Amino acid sequence: MALTQGLIALFSARAEGRRLALALVALSVLGCSASAVFAAADEEPPAAVTPKVAGKNTLPQVALINQQIRLHWESNKLAPSAPATDGEWCRRAFLDVLGRLPRVDELKRFHDDPAPERKTRLVARLLGDDYVEEYARNWTTLWTNVLIGRSGGTERRSLINREGLQKALRSALQRDMPYDRMVFELISAKGVSKPGEEGFNGFVNFLAGNLMENGVQATAKTSQIFLGLQIQCTQCHNHPFNDWKQNQFWEMNAFFRQTRALRRFEKGREVAAIELINQDFSGENNQPEEAALFYELRNGLSKAAYPVFVDGTKLSSDSGYIADVDRRGEVARLIVGSEYLAKALTNRLWAHFLGYGFTKPIDDMGPHNPPSHPELLEALSAEFKTRSYHLKELMRWILLSEPYGLSSKFNARNKKDDPALGEKPLFSHFYLRQMRAEELYESLLVTTEAQNTQTSYEKQESTKREWLKQFTLAFGTDDNEETTTFNGTIPQTLMMMNGDLINKATSTEKGGFLQRVATDPKMNNAAKIHHLYMAALARKPTPQEIVIANELMLLRKGDPVAALQDVWWAILNSNEFILNH
Amino acid sequence: MPDSFLPRGMTRRHFLQHLAGASALVGPAMSLTTALRANAADLKKRHKAAILLWMGGGPATIDLWDLKPGAPTGGPFQAIGTSGAEQICEHLPLVAQQMHHLAIVRSMSTREADHNRGRYYMHTGYVPNPNIEHPGYGSVISHMLANQTKRLNLEIPPFVAVGGGSVGPGFLGMTCAPFVVNSDGNVRNLPDLKEGHGGVGADRLGQRMQMLASLEKSFVKQERGQSAQDHANVLEKTVALMTSKQMDAFKVNQESEAVRERYGKTGFGRGCLMARRLVEQGVAFVEVDLGGWDTHSNNFKTLSDTKLPELDKAMSALVSDLDERGMLSDTAILWMGEFGRTPRINGASGRDHWARSWSVVLGGAGLKGGIAVGRTNADGTDVDTEPYASQDVMATICKSLGISLETTFTSRNGRPMKIANGGKVIQELFV
Repeated sequence: MALTQGLIALFSARAEGRRLALALVALSVLGCSASAVFAAADEEPPAAVTPKVAGKNTLPQVALINQQIRLHWESNKLAPSAPATDGEWCRRAFLDVLGRLPRVDELKRFHDDPAPERKTRLVARLLGDDYVEEYARNWTTLWTNVLIGRSGGTERRSLINREGLQKALRSALQRDMPYDRMVFELISAKGVSKPGEEGFNGFVNFLAGNLMENGVQATAKTSQIFLGLQIQCTQCHNHPFNDWKQNQFWEMNAFFRQTRALRRFEKGREVAAIELINQDFSGENNQPEEAALFYELRNGLSKAAYPVFVDGTKLSSDSGYIADVDRRGEVARLIVGSEYLAKALTNRLWAHFLGYGFTKPIDDMGPHNPPSHPELLEALSAEFKTRSYHLKELMRWILLSEPYGLSSKFNARNKKDDPALGEKPLFSHFYLRQMRAEELYESLLVTTEAQNTQTSYEKQESTKREWLKQFTLAFGTDDNEETTTFNGTIPQTLMMMNGDLINKATSTEKGGFLQRVATDPKMNNAAKIHHLYMAALARKPTPQEIVIANELMLLRKGDPVAALQDVWWAILNSNEFILNH
Repeated sequence: MPDSFLPRGMTRRHFLQHLAGASALVGPAMSLTTALRANAADLKKRHKAAILLWMGGGPATIDLWDLKPGAPTGGPFQAIGTSGAEQICEHLPLVAQQMHHLAIVRSMSTREADHNRGRYYMHTGYVPNPNIEHPGYGSVISHMLANQTKRLNLEIPPFVAVGGGSVGPGFLGMTCAPFVVNSDGNVRNLPDLKEGHGGVGADRLGQRMQMLASLEKSFVKQERGQSAQDHANVLEKTVALMTSKQMDAFKVNQESEAVRERYGKTGFGRGCLMARRLVEQGVAFVEVDLGGWDTHSNNFKTLSDTKLPELDKAMSALVSDLDERGMLSDTAILWMGEFGRTPRINGASGRDHWARSWSVVLGGAGLKGGIAVGRTNADGTDVDTEPYASQDVMATICKSLGISLETTFTSRNGRPMKIANGGKVIQELFV
């Protein structure tokens, strides 16, 4: 409190030329007084763990989550944080389902609903027809990044057509294609990679870039993404920490040996598209009726491998002739029929909504890495499977669950529940996490109402892709690894303070967002400030914040747009804005 | 109305005093180094630093530093003599002339042959563990040399990664994260404050920062987790950097044409030149990335046509330039990737991942040059002498910089962790 008043005092002091220095001092206080600040934080009364009886309207799957999560709170003797405010919850739900913040009118509609049904209604809207386009756009982005990374298909001569994959995913997500069906398509796809070409099938772009070196990466990525099994280390030796054996890797690899990516060239050496086909595999032993591949043991000896699924299922024939057996089609069937499929997806979606999965990393499951909530993972993935792999159902259960609705504030009795410290997550409060670069981009377009409905979907996506490029660093390795500098370090902050996107979002040009708010005759100063806070933070400004903003209004007298610009710039650069809380 | 403007120096000093007060990073080993250096003026020139030349993808060290001409695994390259006692690849003729400054460790033997795991292990000395994130080399070393960088009034981050992502700060926290820049030396979105931030000028930026500071603080106060405080800390560092003249260290174009030509006008060449400029400015750790070593196919042509010429020019220029400027005796240089490559040459003239027997190169900071440590067998498939691993290399580098190997960190959940994972120093490198 004293600090805030000090700041206000600084503000009104008109010592020209000293403000930057003062601001820096003010800011440096943040670093050194962390512990003091923590001590002064308001103590929230810890909510006792009381068994919550499932209401009439609680879905059984939601009740299941709540009960299982509570069991772990009890056995760890901790109390959950208080529920998040409705505004916080609404902001989260929009970010996690649509990949953007709610607009002010959407927040208002949410708050206008009667309290008991507010959340169920919003979830129904977010997962319903109103938002089907935005839902598909966001999940297309998320799945594309999982399947081919942020840089997949962006380099010259890449075999991957990024737009092709996105087109296929988007159409599947718009139609609400069940997850098992989507996975089957991705693994078994045949056809041409590029939209508009005859025989186009965008799903081929998942495997297109992974078939070099006898499909080693296709084997590794398929297992990791869809089964949650990391078997890539066993390519060269038995796994040092888990039960996977070297033969299992190559037996999985044998399923991909009939697959070929045929290049179609344009302008000399540029790859225009690829066609993914299946063709007879004569085997490294040259016996197509029993086509083997050979791998090298660490002692230098060679061993033969035939298709065997990770659970030990063999094919009826080891023939390499397509007419006898379509190996890739078979592995697609085995994968969608396997017990791993639902578990891996449940773990992935849980991590998306709650910030941490049941295992860390989410795609390395197995006895060597036991999940934090084994019973819940088991039961929830069984429900998901029973409900025909309906992604939106699983999302609905998680969104309406108790842990998703908790505040991100710690209380006195759950301080130890902090997975950032290496502890297993107990989900007794909402874990802070940073918006993704894509979420920031979409949020700024929406909150500043800068969406241009004139341009095509493809054009919008390619503009976004151009902007995102600045953050992606590819390692250039065979497994297409990459990292991002949109990770809370200095380059990100520089972009937030000075980048084009923020300059545009804070622009004062005529007809722009700030100018429209500033000149809106229906709003007085306080209402304008209020509007900015709602748009970015989904909450009202506190009285002190209004005082500070009014000081800025005074400093910029005669230019209210400029004052709003300063407020807006500060809000967009704040931790509260960039962190999903 | 023109914005009045505060002299930069004053702003920064003022700021830095507070920053210094805020920082609780005190490297235990620094008292030792401090004691060794009485003269403050001398200290400005002579300070400890390390440069990691990171070869992403896993270089075929059997074709660079430990050739097996004549063996079935040997490949087509010939070995040539060097200014040291050892022979290296014919496609590194300029580096060969600097080998009296550098030592090859030919008995590296590790277990991680997956890129991700290998990168983590070689950067941290630890294998990946789901429950803890270990800090990378750059974070550890710049953290340990924090007193030194403070004394040098360093306003830019003490750990810079050029052209790659390096490995993060782990439990040391976001303030020890690498500052990642491209090799072109232009830091994106860095405005010139004189022009005014987006046209607003220093004064108005200051007012905005005050408003922002109050927002930051009230959110931190709500006690929602470390990320809120991390954000505030990084904000602070960013503002310091935005106002700093020291940012010139990133501008390799300020060097003469001759110098730029000497390092090579390649990404890696510019990166190495930037590394020298950054170390001169007081940066404690620079990592420069040269990727593209994942040569599963076409290994030899890739090496002789592109990788080795680029490496040869830049690495030799860096070593000789540091030497000529009297900086080499305080600057450790380490060349390595996540692993080596198979002695066996595959059907596509490539080599695959191989961690059992490979090489790294190091020198500077008083380390003995011109020698090779350890030996592999005739076809390069195994090490014949005492094997060394990531933590041993790290221990050796730490010792060369005067960082105590008794240093123990405590992770955020209270686990004690010995620096360099308790690795053993490679004794032959200390005269």
